[in-house]
Amino acid sequence: MSVDATTVRRIAHLARIAVSEEEVAPLQGELNAILAFVEQLGAVDVTGVAPMTSVTPMAMKKRADTVTDGGYASDVVFNAPETEDNYFLVPKVVE
Amino acid sequence: MTAAVNPKKLIKGGLHDWEVVIGMEIHAQVTSRSKLFSGASTEFGAEPNDHVSLVDAAMPGMLPVINEECVAQAVRTGLGLKAQINHRSVFDRKNYFYPDLPQGYQISQFKDPIVGEGEVLVDLVDGESITVGIERLHLEQDAGKSLHDQNPTQSFVDLNRSGVALMEIVSRPDLRSSEEARAYVTKLRTILRYLGTCDGDMEKGSLRADVNVSVRKPGDPLGTRCEIKNVNSIRFIGQAIEVEARRQIAIIEDGGTISQETRLFDPGKGETRSMRSKEEAHDYRYFPDPDLLPLEFDQAYVDALAEGLPELPDAKKARFIADYGLSPYDAGVLIAERASADYYEAVAQGRDGKAAANWVINELFGRLNKEGKTIETSPVSADQLGAVVDLIGEGTISGKIAKDLFEIVWTEGGDPRALVESRGLKQVTDTGAIEAAIDAIIAKNPDKVTQAKEKPTLLGWFVGQTMKATGGKANPAAVNALLKAKLGIE
Repeated sequence: MSVDATTVRRIAHLARIAVSEEEVAPLQGELNAILAFVEQLGAVDVTGVAPMTSVTPMAMKKRADTVTDGGYASDVVFNAPETEDNYFLVPKVVE
Repeated sequence: MTAAVNPKKLIKGGLHDWEVVIGMEIHAQVTSRSKLFSGASTEFGAEPNDHVSLVDAAMPGMLPVINEECVAQAVRTGLGLKAQINHRSVFDRKNYFYPDLPQGYQISQFKDPIVGEGEVLVDLVDGESITVGIERLHLEQDAGKSLHDQNPTQSFVDLNRSGVALMEIVSRPDLRSSEEARAYVTKLRTILRYLGTCDGDMEKGSLRADVNVSVRKPGDPLGTRCEIKNVNSIRFIGQAIEVEARRQIAIIEDGGTISQETRLFDPGKGETRSMRSKEEAHDYRYFPDPDLLPLEFDQAYVDALAEGLPELPDAKKARFIADYGLSPYDAGVLIAERASADYYEAVAQGRDGKAAANWVINELFGRLNKEGKTIETSPVSADQLGAVVDLIGEGTISGKIAKDLFEIVWTEGGDPRALVESRGLKQVTDTGAIEAAIDAIIAKNPDKVTQAKEKPTLLGWFVGQTMKATGGKANPAAVNALLKAKLGIE
């Protein structure tokens, strides 16, 4: 599997990351190198093995339904470039 | 579903009749104290960003931990929809970019949802009922809220809703009219409220619908559909479908084609319009969330939850019809809300079920509606209404006096039986007293007595006069019989 220049631009756009024309070719190379590395996994024979998410049998950890968090709005917005009354302010987005 | 086409449900076009095909995705907010993957509160109406944890704000390094009650609520809902419960389900990341989605992805379930196929029985106004297939139900996170009207150049983002658990309930395209669609949402809402898994409050956004609409000539394969996003009232769902179906019919009859797209319903203008910004082919790049293990449980867990379920609307309706002799319509009205059904049962217990239903539906519901009250805030308790029904049943008061008594209990409260005594509302069955009143009226109106012999309908006037003279307390049957005898009317 490999990506072409169009796919690189598309992925960047979907992630809202600005990529200049000069950056496309080097990024394409880097991504394809990563994909090639991962592709080595294809050599492993997994016939008859169900897809797994963990190599150790573990049950998903669950919590009780109690309120244990929140109540610090000023901390939540602390790093935001712009805020008002503890709202995040962003450039206008309207449908 | 391959039900026969019902000609009554077709929409008339310029050229021929059209069938509208509707499927729905309902987003129902799970009733829980805290969020799906964080310990922040789900309570509505907090100060901006006050019910937000660092998980909901997607701060680096934070990990989601699932709320076990949300899982139980999804399973209960699945059971209420007579659906398959999947013992293993998987959470996936649905990637998209929007300011009120700080993670940059929504944790949802894509390939392996917690609940599979089920069905909902929907009763329609004309007594007909349809079965609507449920395709799936999955758990997912809600997004935050953006306010666009606070400032000319900026949007305000509040993440209080971010991370609250939603159940997305996807129906099959089994609905064939706006009426069916409205009835389906109403029924689904009733089931959710019975189960206690979603409060169904559409004004607060606890229940929202995405409506898929397409049209076709009866018998043809499915047409291209448009999805109307985020419709937030049952009335608007009906209006949006009517408007959208007619828009599509007009385009096709003019020789055009429908392009699959997402649209918004504008209730003010009564139109749907394209959401252009969302057009750019959605590419959600779903993949299993590496922060979460698969959600697994055994049948014993499901059985224990099934054990704790309340009687559901369909079963209750059938029982009301069988045990209390109610019509399907009356039973349907009474079971629409669990509180109404409980109230009715308290009134009907040990009494005539039909009489109790009449009083609850006609007098009580009528009055509650008029005054904008609910069954929970009713000034008349089930015990009080039961006493009124008893007093009529034993012949202590007439039906007419009972309405006056209801009024007194509504406005002043008190024990109906004691009120009948203290206010002298008892029905007069003593024929001597009634006769005396009748004799006085006859003596005063000799002309009317003569006329009545020719025109027996005048009897009604005499009945009215007698009731007036006795303060409405005379037994109507006794009055009628005595008058007929005295006036010589057959």
